[in-house]
Amino acid sequence: MTLDIKERSWTTGSDGTPVEELVVNVGPSHPSTHGVCRVIAHVDGEVVTKAEPVIGYLHRGIEKIVENRTYLQIVPITDRLDYVGSMYANWAYCRSVERLAGIRVPERAEYLRVITCELQRIASHMMSLGSTGADTGAATMFIYAFDVRERIVELFEELCGSRLTYNYVRPGGVSMDVPEGWFDDILSWTDAARNSISQMDRLFFGNFIARGRLKGIGVLSAKDAVGWGASGPVARGSGVNWDLRKHDTYSVYPRFDFDVPVGSNGDAYDRARCRLFECYESLRIVEQAIEQIEPGPFKADGIPRLLAPRPGDAYDHIESARGSLGIYLVSDGSPRPYRMKVRSPAFCNLALLPLLAEGHTLSDLVIVLGSLDPVFGEVDR
Amino acid sequence: MNINELREHLCGQYPDLCPLFSIEFGDGVLVVGCDKLHAAASDLKDLGFDRLGMLTAVDRDETFEMVYRLTSRSMSAGIFLKCHVPRENPITHSLNSLWPAANWQEREVYDLFGIVFKGHPDLRRILLPPEWVGHPLRKDYEDDRMVRRPDYI
Repeated sequence: MTLDIKERSWTTGSDGTPVEELVVNVGPSHPSTHGVCRVIAHVDGEVVTKAEPVIGYLHRGIEKIVENRTYLQIVPITDRLDYVGSMYANWAYCRSVERLAGIRVPERAEYLRVITCELQRIASHMMSLGSTGADTGAATMFIYAFDVRERIVELFEELCGSRLTYNYVRPGGVSMDVPEGWFDDILSWTDAARNSISQMDRLFFGNFIARGRLKGIGVLSAKDAVGWGASGPVARGSGVNWDLRKHDTYSVYPRFDFDVPVGSNGDAYDRARCRLFECYESLRIVEQAIEQIEPGPFKADGIPRLLAPRPGDAYDHIESARGSLGIYLVSDGSPRPYRMKVRSPAFCNLALLPLLAEGHTLSDLVIVLGSLDPVFGEVDR
Repeated sequence: MNINELREHLCGQYPDLCPLFSIEFGDGVLVVGCDKLHAAASDLKDLGFDRLGMLTAVDRDETFEMVYRLTSRSMSAGIFLKCHVPRENPITHSLNSLWPAANWQEREVYDLFGIVFKGHPDLRRILLPPEWVGHPLRKDYEDDRMVRRPDYI
């Protein structure tokens, strides 16, 4: 749809002067919309009076496709949901299948899932922090963030051969055990990663331009965060202390000592800071997990290639980098799921955009969108 | 809070909801009539289920099953709320007034299943373009471009 000149209209401002309201179309292909998001922004001068996200440009109908696939064939499709954090969708899906089929996962597999997912959280947050930097004009941040991310992606490549779509977590365990020396590679890297992250902290959050661009932008109250179903760093930035790893715990997370960073102001600054501090906590969890992990089987025995769980429905959720990612599966007893629903945290968080962007300038609209950290593979599914 | 404590808590506060409660795959499920859905959801919200985590529908041939997943931060628990909407003329109440989170998720269900939510402020298609015909997640949806995989088994 092109911008129609008739969409321009004159209204009367609060002081009685005529005001021209302009409709500005941002996206869907725009470098700062973090994917294929289109925002129809109504502006008064430079101030956004109404912002309406238009999504669906990446809708591939995954929920329909999977009704025609066997349970094992769906794992690589879940990779394509959140392509910045594929491990999470793999894991959330596998947890639902395991709940439905009553599969018990060996302990080593649980530890491997935790280690890979915590590394994935750092990689995903680096992407978000790097693009927050790029949005605010600090392009250096992008380079520093990608330096850290690159090392994690290399580790994943060593582990399962893939850099982006891992297909690593499988129903009943993981696809393969770690290569020799993999844990040592991680342990020799964690201190360097801490240094890089703290350098980024000083470089970016210590910069008064970045603080000026982020503070007070897109303020979300704790009440709205809960009511709108926000989760992950978006909710925690507003002071909602809700992390599934801690408060609705799953897998082996109760065995680790870690904190949940919580903001107080609910603005773009606090959301970005929450993401940064979560990276330190993830490194702590990874180190503890490598210390605790024991040799053993990495996959449950006797899982058939063609899973056919008993009829029923199951829901399970995990804390992904973006929030609570849930998979709802309905089985009718056949080898293909009757229905699969992805409860996507990015979708629920993006619904907040009209609320948060109102009253900010057009250039801050980009910051608000970036602070919600949407990944459109997951929003549109 | 485990599932049995949840049942006791629910039965203590709302005895009329108690017979509708059951446990499936370790999750509490409450099946109500769609006319009582809004009231039941409101009761559960008062009970401490402050978040609407997920909302979706399942095509069950003659009816559409609406599935709501509510979670509680204070109780660290989740519960399913379900109701059946008739396939002919599928209309149900919107929960937008209780949780604004329902806004986009109800639009998605409207888009993909064609279920109409009474009281929704802005019921339009969300993932598909406005001119799309039909509701793809219905089991009887047909499209010339759809390829059905052969049954290997």
